[in-house]
Amino acid sequence: MNRHVVQRLGFVLLSLAALVVVVPILLVIGTVVVRGVGAIQWEFLSAMPRDGMKAGGIFPAIVGTLLLTLGTALAAIPVGVGGAIYLAEYARDTWLTRAIRLAIINLAGIPSVVYGLFGFGLFVLFLQFGTSILAGSLTLAIMTLPIIISTAEEALRAVPTEFRTVSASLGGTRWQGIRYIVLPQALPGIITGVILGLLRAAGETAPILFTVAAFYLPRLPQSLFDQTMALPYHLYVISTQVPGMPLQVQYGTALVLLALVVSMNVIATTIRSYFRRRRQW
Amino acid sequence: MLGFSAIGFVLLIFFFLLREGLPTFFEVPPGNLFGTRWYPTFDLFGTMPLILGSALVTVTAIAIALPLGVATAVFVREVAPDWAREILKPMIEVLAGIPSVVLGFLGMTLVAPLLRKTLDAPTGLTALTGALILAYMALPTIISVAEDALDAVPKSYRDAGLAMGATQWQTIWRVVVPAARSGIVTALMLGMGRAIGETMAVMMVTGNAARMPLSLDSLFRPVRTMTATIAAEMGEVAQGSTHYHALFGIGVILFLLTFIINLAAASAIFKKRRRGGLR
Repeated sequence: MNRHVVQRLGFVLLSLAALVVVVPILLVIGTVVVRGVGAIQWEFLSAMPRDGMKAGGIFPAIVGTLLLTLGTALAAIPVGVGGAIYLAEYARDTWLTRAIRLAIINLAGIPSVVYGLFGFGLFVLFLQFGTSILAGSLTLAIMTLPIIISTAEEALRAVPTEFRTVSASLGGTRWQGIRYIVLPQALPGIITGVILGLLRAAGETAPILFTVAAFYLPRLPQSLFDQTMALPYHLYVISTQVPGMPLQVQYGTALVLLALVVSMNVIATTIRSYFRRRRQW
Repeated sequence: MLGFSAIGFVLLIFFFLLREGLPTFFEVPPGNLFGTRWYPTFDLFGTMPLILGSALVTVTAIAIALPLGVATAVFVREVAPDWAREILKPMIEVLAGIPSVVLGFLGMTLVAPLLRKTLDAPTGLTALTGALILAYMALPTIISVAEDALDAVPKSYRDAGLAMGATQWQTIWRVVVPAARSGIVTALMLGMGRAIGETMAVMMVTGNAARMPLSLDSLFRPVRTMTATIAAEMGEVAQGSTHYHALFGIGVILFLLTFIINLAAASAIFKKRRRGGLR
């Protein structure tokens, strides 16, 4: 066969592969939207569940997921961004730095359910937080940490060295250079990384299974030490644990969760592409 | 100081897993622990069906995802027109963000019935269903890492290939992809780590029967993975019981497995960094 024909065929094959990857994604989103949109009414979003969760709303699950995401953000952002600043600006290439990088790669690869076990062992039992928002948020925060550290470090490294040199030449200390010059420049990249990390946390189920999630709790949590319902766990519960659950309620819950996560994703990518186009270096 | 917290957390995680999981290895004789039957109510803690279940689902998932992922990465990096790239990359990022419980839910309600009909099987909740869902969960990792690897191949390689009279297709498969080999191996590793650790989707679609997947048709029957076992049974188990320790023991095995996989992936990354370029 003529090699140009081979090439033509090969390219067709490659684009087919890309289609096989993309079409199911569209199908997933499309199905959830089409089948779930009928459930989305004000009551569904703002009321407590009734009738063994078959009717009413998913309000406590929505609030729970937002609270857990907020808790994760509060715990993970300072540590993650701090760690990234250290790695990008201060750390020299020693065996210790390499060990830290190795640890970060490994943290990123630990299965989510193992994070759940760990959170249960450390926060719930050892530190006696009980199954609580505090324990769940901290578990999710540790899971999110590697994503935040690596994206924030990348954003910091992308700021040209000249920015630091000029700051130093004007008499600024190293910290002033980082605080007033480098960080603001890297901020859009850092925010993107933080949102991408948090959306992972918002959608995770396994780490919150034994650390915070409540099967059925038709009220809002009162304190950090309360259990709470959460969207991903709620979807798991109503799709596997409760017989006779109306399909529309299941798809409605999936849609709310998907909408939350995808909109965070869109915000993150928009920030990134907006600032990438606008930056002066 | 904050940077060191990463090491601290890895050690802390390992410590707490061991603290709760290590007793298993004293409480349960090894013959039982690595036996073929997992029936905790009868004090049978054979982890083999779970380990093999995880292996079956993971390997099948990667067998689907690797060719598909590498082909997509090549398409995106080497062939696709700009508009196609602008659509594909955000789509893949969205896929990476879809919660596993949503994919598991759709696997249950859409994929499983479809498979049951086409295969004429008693149930659609099989190892294959799990592998299909897992393949799509591993794809974003494989695609983005493989794409980075292709990206790092210098343009001069491609120019040289084309200048020798090779077609673009020949250049891609005989020059560019071989040059990006180690990066593609990293992609494979990270994708595998992602697949083996996935919990919710797998638990929802694989049927969760703890049986040895040894016969040829195992792929079309229910299996149970290590992750699903922990997630499903941890809630009901009495704290401090042998069963409880056994679940943490499985956690230790999982931790070590992913640790090794990631170490291998990381060493590939470090090696090419030291050589001063991505080869």
